[in-house]
Amino acid sequence: MTIPDRILPALLLCLLPISLLAETPEEKGLAIAQEADRRDSGYDHYTNDVKMILKNKHGKESIREIRSKTLEVENDGDKSLTIFDRPRDVKGTALLSFTHKEGPDDQWLYLPALKRVKRIASDNKSGPFMGSEFAYEDISSQEVEKYTYAFIKDDTLDGMDVFVFERYPVDKKSGYTRQIIWMDKEQYKERKIEFYDRKNALLKTLILTDYNLYLDRYYRAHNMHMENHLTGKSTLLLQSNYNFDVELTDRDFDKNSLKRVR
Amino acid sequence: MKRLLLVAAIFLASAIPAHAGEWSGYVAGEFLGFTENPQFSSQYNTYLSVAAEPEYIHEWNEGDDIFTFTPYAMGDNHDYRRTHVDIREFSWNHAADNWELATGVSKVFWGVTESVHLVDIINQTDLVVNEDGEDKLGQPMVNLSLIRDWGVVDMFVLPGFRERTFPSKNGRPRFGVDIDTDRVFYESGAEEWHTDFAVRWSHYIGAVDIGIAHFHGTTRQPRFIVRPAAINPATGTISEINPLYEIIDQTSIDLQAIYGSWLWKLEAITRSGQGDRFYSYAGGYEYTFVGVFESQMDIGVITEYLYDSRGDEIKQNKAVQGKPFDLSTFQRDLVLGARLTFNDAQSTEVLASVIVDLEGGGQSYNIEASRRFGNNWKLSLEARGLTNTPNDNVMASLKDDNRLRLELARYF
Repeated sequence: MTIPDRILPALLLCLLPISLLAETPEEKGLAIAQEADRRDSGYDHYTNDVKMILKNKHGKESIREIRSKTLEVENDGDKSLTIFDRPRDVKGTALLSFTHKEGPDDQWLYLPALKRVKRIASDNKSGPFMGSEFAYEDISSQEVEKYTYAFIKDDTLDGMDVFVFERYPVDKKSGYTRQIIWMDKEQYKERKIEFYDRKNALLKTLILTDYNLYLDRYYRAHNMHMENHLTGKSTLLLQSNYNFDVELTDRDFDKNSLKRVR
Repeated sequence: MKRLLLVAAIFLASAIPAHAGEWSGYVAGEFLGFTENPQFSSQYNTYLSVAAEPEYIHEWNEGDDIFTFTPYAMGDNHDYRRTHVDIREFSWNHAADNWELATGVSKVFWGVTESVHLVDIINQTDLVVNEDGEDKLGQPMVNLSLIRDWGVVDMFVLPGFRERTFPSKNGRPRFGVDIDTDRVFYESGAEEWHTDFAVRWSHYIGAVDIGIAHFHGTTRQPRFIVRPAAINPATGTISEINPLYEIIDQTSIDLQAIYGSWLWKLEAITRSGQGDRFYSYAGGYEYTFVGVFESQMDIGVITEYLYDSRGDEIKQNKAVQGKPFDLSTFQRDLVLGARLTFNDAQSTEVLASVIVDLEGGGQSYNIEASRRFGNNWKLSLEARGLTNTPNDNVMASLKDDNRLRLELARYF
């Protein structure tokens, strides 16, 4: 078997470890984000339940319970339907969200007392979600295109080998200048994120633990603890009841479906 | 009509499967206080009321079929017409691939503007609950929705009509003359059993949401007539007026467009069947400043312009001549408002607005605020009042009615 001379160098190049190639921190950061996205795509759709425990600086707690449906959209951001169960005065309120890789997201809010479907602006992404320490942009579908990246270093976190890299929101309406991500090298999942506000001061730290594996492929953190260093408040977000087998279509994510939410 | 609904509801409620359902809802107490003595001797300075709205929901076929039962009850210590019960919802909703069918008593909202709800016509207003007109009586209906790529077509058959509720002589605020709801007049011989129809196309294209609708049937907003017996021949004063429900045709459009932090809104209607054809529209914007003063608070600035070709003066001459007249309240008005959303754990919100009559009819003020306490309690506050209202304006009977409404609700 002979290999033509001219493709031999190309083949040899392919055998080189990626890290030996001249790669800028920006390229390496982006490559990690793309790999994480590749590993987490193809789930089609899933449902899950979320419980949030909001704690103010005096330790007083309030509870939020929501149900969520997510539909993967090819070549665009996810569609999601979020249904509020607690507190009881907002029970039946629902948020329909079409995330886009570029440009503003489309959002409709359903107010059950008036039976009103209200189209809302999506540029309050920096605002708190249900009064918690999670901003809308923290919990919405994380598309690769929504940030630019820079690799910082390899490190270890709680005995795990991790990549440490920064990402910078593309959208000027974001509440952050940058985020520092600690992502484990084995599963490419975020383990810790630091959020820096518009003045580039450390605002919040998110710790993600209790990752469970679904369909032998998709890891989901069941425990997310967000601490606000500025206010002393924190939110514990617990995810449960993931179901990747449920049948969901576009019809479960239209304006009519909002009115059927119970 | 109401009695029949109750009987039907009790009969059907007994047929609900006892398992897998879920109850939720609220119980609320309300205090209503006035800063000045009343214009009419039959009115009071303070009112106390209680209300409850439980809701039972049962789902099957993975949520493709939903049964909802929402009774409502209110009791008031002075205004006997505020003491009432209603079936807000008693419906079965079935969803298929490209259509949905809702059958029973239900509620439907159309529209986009904040200060008035011109195009919203399916349900009758339960005016005695709150004069803002946002509380609605349950409407019997069959509603077929066809869901297509080019939008949603909703077709409604509405068998049976609900009369608008009005405060009694003892109620406050109210119109200057007692509205006698025991004697109601209809244009149709079928009276409250006239079957009404409506159709609506709605769609969204990019940042624009649009709805176009037509309604044929009994008007939700009555005109009024004065019976000769209600006129005192010596003084010429009128003791009471009676609602007149005519058959109307109303065509409407509602439109909303989003541009960054701007929401642009328009609602417009044209209606025939109540005297001359008239038209009315409301349009404006809401602009939201996100995270103001380096806090988490959002401030929305609202401006809406209201127009109604019917005019807002009291049609005294028409009334005594025995002709029907209307009590429309806006002719050329400007609404300026601000919405404060604190985005805190207690969901604190404040909405303040002033409606300025551009033809010298005075101003009306409105402040609404609400805040949750603990996980299940909610306190709401409303302050409303009028200034500079001329005596020939429809609102003149409300000019001493500056008021504060405080509601504490327990949700379950």
